[in-house]
Amino acid sequence: MTAELFVQYLFAGITYGAIYAIVAIGFNIIYNATGIINFAQGEFVMLGGMISITLLPIMPLWLAITTAVMLTMVFGALLEICFIRWLENPSVLRMIIITIGLSILTREAALHIWGESIRSLPYFIGDEVMTVALFGARISPQVLWVIGACGLMVIGLNIFFQTTSVGREMRACAANRRAALLCGINTRNMVTLSFMLSAGIGALAGCVMSPITSTQYDIGTGLAIKGFTVAILGGLGNAMAAVGAGLLLGILEAFSVSVLPLAFKDAIAIAILLLILFFRPHGLFGSRTAAGLKEF
Amino acid sequence: MKKLFPLAVLATLIIAIQLITGWTDTRFYLTQLTMSAYYALLIIGLCVVMGYAGQLSLGHAGFFAIGGYVSAALTTRNLEGLKDTVLIRLFDGLGLLVAGQDIYGDSLLVVTPWAACLAAVLCAGVIAWVLGIPVLKLKGHYLAMATLGFGIIIYRIVLASEVFGEADGISDVPSFPLLPGLSVSGDFGAREENYYIAWGLLIIGLVLLRNLVDSRVGRALRSIHGSEEAAEATGVDTARFKLQVFVISAVYAAVAGVFLTHYNGGIGPSEAGVMKSVRYVAIVAVGGMAHLWGAMVMGIVLNFLSLRGVFGSYDDAVFGFILIAIMLFAPNGILSWNWRGYGAMLLRRGRRRESLREKTDGLA
Repeated sequence: MTAELFVQYLFAGITYGAIYAIVAIGFNIIYNATGIINFAQGEFVMLGGMISITLLPIMPLWLAITTAVMLTMVFGALLEICFIRWLENPSVLRMIIITIGLSILTREAALHIWGESIRSLPYFIGDEVMTVALFGARISPQVLWVIGACGLMVIGLNIFFQTTSVGREMRACAANRRAALLCGINTRNMVTLSFMLSAGIGALAGCVMSPITSTQYDIGTGLAIKGFTVAILGGLGNAMAAVGAGLLLGILEAFSVSVLPLAFKDAIAIAILLLILFFRPHGLFGSRTAAGLKEF
Repeated sequence: MKKLFPLAVLATLIIAIQLITGWTDTRFYLTQLTMSAYYALLIIGLCVVMGYAGQLSLGHAGFFAIGGYVSAALTTRNLEGLKDTVLIRLFDGLGLLVAGQDIYGDSLLVVTPWAACLAAVLCAGVIAWVLGIPVLKLKGHYLAMATLGFGIIIYRIVLASEVFGEADGISDVPSFPLLPGLSVSGDFGAREENYYIAWGLLIIGLVLLRNLVDSRVGRALRSIHGSEEAAEATGVDTARFKLQVFVISAVYAAVAGVFLTHYNGGIGPSEAGVMKSVRYVAIVAVGGMAHLWGAMVMGIVLNFLSLRGVFGSYDDAVFGFILIAIMLFAPNGILSWNWRGYGAMLLRRGRRRESLREKTDGLA
């Protein structure tokens, strides 16, 4: 493998990895707040892409993307308020089944609204054939947009969780819900907020990736499984480890294409998922003792 | 006697439906009822894993597909080219192969349906066993994702391998002669007998499972559902029981897959899809998790409606909706929903309002 080819694969891997990482962070935010794995996480990404594509003819690109992110956040909040907020002590099995049902309903609604056609946003700068040279590889500027947007989101989330008071309240809620409640934090609102936040970052990722990967009504399931793999790989609940794990999975997948047939690309992620689940369910970066204290 | 009564009612109903469709000349319903019965066989198997042992499986369509695809591939793929290998000669010597001619008149050498059926079911059982050892140690989200992952891998394999027909699936699967003069096939002439084969199989399956859940194993499973740690502490070998019941349900799914494939004369990759697995889970949930009869009745009703095309293009959406509605409002299934209590509550409210009105009337 030549150096140019290596860099080319590497960038393809980082692009996809960044998106997996964002989906995984979305999983983690909701998991931390509620202890639920939201199986409808991938649908947020699909909705972000689809809504912005629909809005594009009537408004400029940046406004379409902003509106799409806002609408998806409202959708996320509505899901939580309508289906999750009022349940008292639901079992894990029940929550899994409800979020699976929500993901199916969202997908089917998207199918009836937008049809089966594959759509995409235009490239933010230039067009399909425009490339920039980087370390000897030719890369579309959109790749830089994806990496930049995902990087900014990770940094922004970090600042939000570390410095703002709402972010600190959410972290308190994740650490110990009852204690947070006793400190006067409205834990129910924190849960709604966590759904909005993860819907928002998912939708933004869906917008920036749309020119490269296209958007279809059923991309959610695949992304959700990859995102979950990444979340487990990094250790469930550990948002920042998800970034490393996401890039790792993306790069592994990109290089696997040079060895295995393309049809098995998705199987790589699932094989990694199964192996991790069997041998290191606390993740690559997580600690076994900490995982033992959590309830899965 | 008490145990036999519901079965007798069911048998009467089955015969009555067949006679009614015969008189009213609506025999086409029997086709969908036959297919529903095979799906219901899978569903009662899943019901024991989900409802009694409390282990969620989102990969049961995978076992169904293993059964259907292995049997279909063995009974349709020509082994003529491999005729001189030792293995094929051994199989031929054991009477496991049958020679014939394809539509172009070329000679065809395939495995007999009986051998293919056994191989398919065995294959599913072994895979469930090997998969179950690590997977059943997991709980909650992890178990759901692991079984979902298994289902997707099976889907990818059938979609990507030539021997399973890739996106086209396998067609022209021969009929499956169970006994001389009694075979599983999609011929219009054999509609009634196939209806009875399917229901006979379902009833046998139901009786076996009911005996299982009423036995020591069933009580052990329920204790696992209640609390795995407590069950372990009282001396229940939880790992073994979970694995056993997982393998049994995989075998049920595979048997359903084999029979339905021979009945339809083919199988396609959609049978292995994730949506199918989710649908089976939805049906078990509607039937009331630990409720074999409920799961069976719902399996028949919902599959029948779906196969009749009642839901149109909203087929998957309907099952998604059912999942949410059941889990939100009646997590123990609609059959075990407290109808009487709910009715009494409404009645009480009505009375209270009436008495209130009487009082206010008196004041006025």
